[in-house]
Amino acid sequence: MTCLHLLLTLVFAVSLGTPVEIQRPRGVPLTKKQFYEESKPFTCLDGSRTIPFDRVNDDYCDCKDGSDEPGTAACPNGSFHCTNAGYRPMFIPSSRINDGICDCCDTTDEYNSGAKCENTCKELGRKEREVLQKMAEITKEGFLLKQQLIEEAKKGQQEKQSKVTDMQENKKQLDEKVEALRTVKETAEQPEKEAKERHLKAWEEQKAAIRLEKDKAKMAETFLELDDNADGFVSVSELQSHAELDPDADGTLTEIEAQGLMGGAEQVDTSTFESVWPKIKDKYHSESQAEEPAPVETPPDEVKEPVVDNDSEPYPEDDISEEEDEDDEDEDDYHEDDDKAQPTIKTPEKTHEDEEAMPPYDADTQALIDAAQKARDDFEEAEKALREMDDQIRNIEKELSFDFGPDAEFTYLYSQCYELTTSEYIYRLCPFNRVSQKPKYGGSETNLGTWGSWSGPENNKYLLMKYEQGTGCWQGPNRSTTVKLTCGKETVVTSTSEPSRCEYLMEFTTPAVCQEPANIDPSPHDHVEL
Amino acid sequence: NFFFFDRLITICIIIVLLMRQRELKPGQSPYRALLDTLELSNSRLSLQLINDNNKVRLLLELYRLQGNMTRVKINELKPLKPRYEVPDVLLSHPITEALSVVAQDENSLVVSLGGKDQRLILSAQPFRLDIVEGSQVLMSLNSRGLLAFEHLRTRKDTESEQATGQENVEQQTDEVCDGQIKEDDDKPGMWEETFKSHTDSKPNGPTSISLDFSLPGVEHVYGIPEHADTLKLKNTDGSDPYRLYNLDVFQYELHNPMALYGAVPVLISHSTDRTMGIFWLNAAETWVDISSNTAGKTMFGKILDFVQVSSEAPQTDVRWMSESGIIDVFIMLGPKPADVFTQYASLTGTQSFPPLSALAYHQCRWNYNDQEDVKTVDQGFDEHDIPYDFIWLDIEHADGKRYFTWDPSKFPQPKEMLQGLMDKRRKLVAIVDPHIKVDSGYKIHNEIRSKNFYVKNKDGGDYEGWCWPGNAGYPDFTNPEMRTWWASQFAYDQYEGSMENQYIWNDMNEPSVFNGPEVTMHKDALHGVWEHRDVHNLYGLYVQKATADGLIQRSEGVQRPFVLTRAFFAGSQRYGAVWTGDNAAEWGHLKISIPMCLSLGLVGISFCGADVGGFFKHPSAELLVRWYQAGAYQPFFRAHAHIDTPRREPWLFGPENTALIREAIRQRYALLPYWYQLFYNAHRTGQPVMRPLWVEYPDDFATFSIEDEYLIGKDLLVHPVTDEGATGVTAYLPGKGEVWYDVHTFQKHDGDQSLYIPVTMSSIPVFQRGGSIICRKDRVRRSSSCMENDPYTLYVALGSQGSAEGELYIDDFHTFSFEEAKQFVHRRLSFSANTLSSRNLAPDSQFSTASWIEKIVIFGGSQPSSATLKSADGTESALEFEFDSTLAVLTLRKPGVNAAADWTIVLR
Repeated sequence: MTCLHLLLTLVFAVSLGTPVEIQRPRGVPLTKKQFYEESKPFTCLDGSRTIPFDRVNDDYCDCKDGSDEPGTAACPNGSFHCTNAGYRPMFIPSSRINDGICDCCDTTDEYNSGAKCENTCKELGRKEREVLQKMAEITKEGFLLKQQLIEEAKKGQQEKQSKVTDMQENKKQLDEKVEALRTVKETAEQPEKEAKERHLKAWEEQKAAIRLEKDKAKMAETFLELDDNADGFVSVSELQSHAELDPDADGTLTEIEAQGLMGGAEQVDTSTFESVWPKIKDKYHSESQAEEPAPVETPPDEVKEPVVDNDSEPYPEDDISEEEDEDDEDEDDYHEDDDKAQPTIKTPEKTHEDEEAMPPYDADTQALIDAAQKARDDFEEAEKALREMDDQIRNIEKELSFDFGPDAEFTYLYSQCYELTTSEYIYRLCPFNRVSQKPKYGGSETNLGTWGSWSGPENNKYLLMKYEQGTGCWQGPNRSTTVKLTCGKETVVTSTSEPSRCEYLMEFTTPAVCQEPANIDPSPHDHVEL
Repeated sequence: NFFFFDRLITICIIIVLLMRQRELKPGQSPYRALLDTLELSNSRLSLQLINDNNKVRLLLELYRLQGNMTRVKINELKPLKPRYEVPDVLLSHPITEALSVVAQDENSLVVSLGGKDQRLILSAQPFRLDIVEGSQVLMSLNSRGLLAFEHLRTRKDTESEQATGQENVEQQTDEVCDGQIKEDDDKPGMWEETFKSHTDSKPNGPTSISLDFSLPGVEHVYGIPEHADTLKLKNTDGSDPYRLYNLDVFQYELHNPMALYGAVPVLISHSTDRTMGIFWLNAAETWVDISSNTAGKTMFGKILDFVQVSSEAPQTDVRWMSESGIIDVFIMLGPKPADVFTQYASLTGTQSFPPLSALAYHQCRWNYNDQEDVKTVDQGFDEHDIPYDFIWLDIEHADGKRYFTWDPSKFPQPKEMLQGLMDKRRKLVAIVDPHIKVDSGYKIHNEIRSKNFYVKNKDGGDYEGWCWPGNAGYPDFTNPEMRTWWASQFAYDQYEGSMENQYIWNDMNEPSVFNGPEVTMHKDALHGVWEHRDVHNLYGLYVQKATADGLIQRSEGVQRPFVLTRAFFAGSQRYGAVWTGDNAAEWGHLKISIPMCLSLGLVGISFCGADVGGFFKHPSAELLVRWYQAGAYQPFFRAHAHIDTPRREPWLFGPENTALIREAIRQRYALLPYWYQLFYNAHRTGQPVMRPLWVEYPDDFATFSIEDEYLIGKDLLVHPVTDEGATGVTAYLPGKGEVWYDVHTFQKHDGDQSLYIPVTMSSIPVFQRGGSIICRKDRVRRSSSCMENDPYTLYVALGSQGSAEGELYIDDFHTFSFEEAKQFVHRRLSFSANTLSSRNLAPDSQFSTASWIEKIVIFGGSQPSSATLKSADGTESALEFEFDSTLAVLTLRKPGVNAAADWTIVLR
């Protein structure tokens, strides 16, 4: 068992077409050949000890660093080098030597295990070259596309930048315009206000005069009515016939009470009646049941109160229940408060506009108003334009603030969406925005995460995108998605998976990650060792 | 896997049985032995017992069994119909030995129990049995008068018989349960019980049985798994008894006597004088009450008792109660722990000998999503240079939870996947649960239905319940024809897509019925003529048995099977491995895994493990690492995780933790030869693999309650770190005059001391016993199969006398040839008087191995001037060696002898 391990490998190398035999212990790479000289004792590569050379590859681990057993599995930390002529050389842990599993395509790792390995290096090399070639083509084309993308992005970015600059310039003007129009507006509104106030005041005065007129007429009329005997005086007894004037509301107007109303006099003439009139005019019922409307001064509350009472209660409650309903709707369609219907009885606004409408403005005032209105309209229009411009600037600035890669090559993905349909779901990736999933056959969309950050490895963070804080999982975290970007000619979602509950992985090809193709031959290995 | 259930139901269901049985207070037994009915044949003694209250007669049978055991059977003399006697658990008819009556008077009978001066004294009135040795009482039965036997009776619809005596112990339970108990004829709950929506029709009425055992001189009892509780059983006075009723428990609580997934009705008692066992062979719902007169006493109280000599001797009383069946008890009289294990193994068999790879590391998750996922994880292990042997597929792999099938979109090419694993010399386990989707498009269901193999409901139709696939039927595994058919389904031409490197996992076999009472089957469901009530705890055993048989048959009897089960019973050790079910990623669960597996080992089931990392919840990196470190030193080593937890393959917690986990798994692989030899030993002798310290140090009282450390075999002591943020552990190293060696630092420590060991995240405190030789394979590869032909390194730990012994066992690691063709190597390695030799322990066996002896490391040695290897053919050669004088470690370089050969090495 133990004696057949000191086998030396015969390795042929091609150098200028002349085969040269290079002897070295099994498992040693060419680069370390000089440390293994058959004629000399071997010093462990860590320098820890020196042993006779026949203990190299004798299937017993003498060196702590495993360097004495490059071709056996004796050392736990050793490594074995396979040349893999036709493919790529590699190191494998020495625990994989003679373990019955073919690891090296040149079969050199299984020299004593009975494993039937076939040399697959040529095939692998061919395949790899094919793949590399294909990849190279893709990379090449992808890289060209990427240049275009970069071009476009730069152009777009410049355009946007200059647009922003222009807009900011315009905005400045617009700002000024708004300010100017504001002044115009305010200037026009001052005379308008004064003219309107004047007009209103005149109207108020006119109304007061009319009211006084009416009152006087009513008083005269009442006097005539009360003066039953038409003696030109209203007496206590004449007044007493109007029980509604009873001040203590006991139902009868006594003589004393009537006298009180008349200021202690037995009777009053038309001029002294002027002092009685204010005390009785509110209660007085015309004897002719005149259809004269009740005096204007009726306090409005009396009429409104009951109505307000009726519907003031349901309102606050209903507001609350409506909020609850909204919450409920998120989970199910349960409406607890449906029967509490909205109040249907609306309070009719009682208007007591029994007076004549205000007369139209005079021509001068109207001219002022028209001028002011125009100034207002102009101002508002300008202000709206300013707001819109602000929004536009903000949007462009937001877009410009995204990290679209070192050369802005990812810009074109912005505000786009890409879908992949699987057997069950439609997945949707909107780069820099969100990832979602929707059942193919109906059902609501689930948010698998909103844009978080680039999260690739340190040397190239633009290989992974992270979308976070999606819809929460039952007893679990919020859904999140990692998007893995690979070089491709087309921009397309190639696969999705859920490696761990609620953590999604999406593969996405785009020219934007295509690297500049190395300008060397993609199949270098067979030149070194064949 | 789990399903949630309302624990209230449990509480309610226990009430009726418990109230009837437990309300029976100790006192004078109403039972009287009728000595004139004595019949004695060579090996069987029988006589009748009469209940003086109701005149019902019982038949008592006594047997003396080979290997120092006594069997006590009590049944109704003339039951209205047969009562269930548990089949298929005993290996065969136990071999009996002669009994003889050595003395008799009007009230007692003395029976000789053969060797020594062991006698059984039967007292007639009140009836009791005492087993004595010399003048010492070892165990008494019915000494507290708790024998009870609810006889079968016809249901009376008119007059209510005034129940008397032992039957008259029912209690109103309405106040306790929110369900109701219909009062039918005798007493509530006797003929029908209703809880929530579940009704137990109880057509046979009350049938429970009970018996008490007193153990004088005993303060420590163990066993009766499965419970998430301490190794040493607790006093149950004032609390629920330990319950044995296989249940699918959602997020089980720790330190609780509640029933879990499996049940082994075996209790082991231990004192410095003697170790004994009680095997209560009954598969119905069972309760065990334990009370001890020293329990609750403080150490000071005990000392006071001792000083005042006033105290009674310590004693533990145990009471068994079962809902139906008969009393059939095996009393194992020891006297040593190893004797009890041998005795129990002679009754129910030993641990099946697993293929080596099953002892290696298993990578499981609910679920590996698809073939690609399996491939990626497999590659991940190679990329991170971490060994593993098995990857597992949980329920999502099957097509709509139709077991024996594959999800066509996720696993379209199972053979391709299995072949890919086989190319790496690795294996796969797929789950096959016993609930069968009711679906006329499903072949398995159609065949079971057409063969009439389903369990029936009380009305005779196929019993149906809800489980993973939705509506499901439950094959009647108690039916041998059904089991034969089931086994045939594992044939490669039946189970499409299966291959020889695919093995099986039986989950949910309590059985779990999501909409059943306590998430299990209705007790009045029917297995042929027997009620589910009678067979409940046996169901899971049968499922695993039929599955293991299937795996054996598919290879035409060549390959050893590997089947993992969640539910189990006495005898389940014969069919594979068990795990502790749906634990959680909590430090308490890591800790409890030790006593849980120790308890199982004591009652025959050595192949035990807990889900590494914890099934529910997400472990911290520290907990995960500590769990790998602990799991690497437990028999069944499998990581598993719930579907809702984040991924936790070993390399997902940063390079440092990956390295720590890698190292723990590598330690496991290096030690596989030792594990394998211990499993061979367990298979041959019934000795547990994972042992409490007291098993090997039965006289050392200090070891009796230890459950944070244990022995693997007798030579390795493990004290895993199970505390968060631990900076040290205190390990008790037993054995006065013995020495222990830290296997990592080679440092020597004296026995009989508590040793504080500072720990870092990489520490796994493990000690090798001085006086032992352990064989390892230090060339750890990516799977155990890759290591089969690798050389051995012998670790010789010299005892205080300068000698050491060990064993080496080798075979083909996966077939039955070791048994059927004696193809194995079994060597005795011994070191004494400066001579180490390898001697054949099995001269009639033969096996050739490519493995050789690569290195010998001797702890506690001195520097020799020469080391000479003498081969079997007489040739001598000098060995090179190195000696580390600070640690006194001698390393012999490359003896190079074949591991199967005779050889001697002499140090001078």
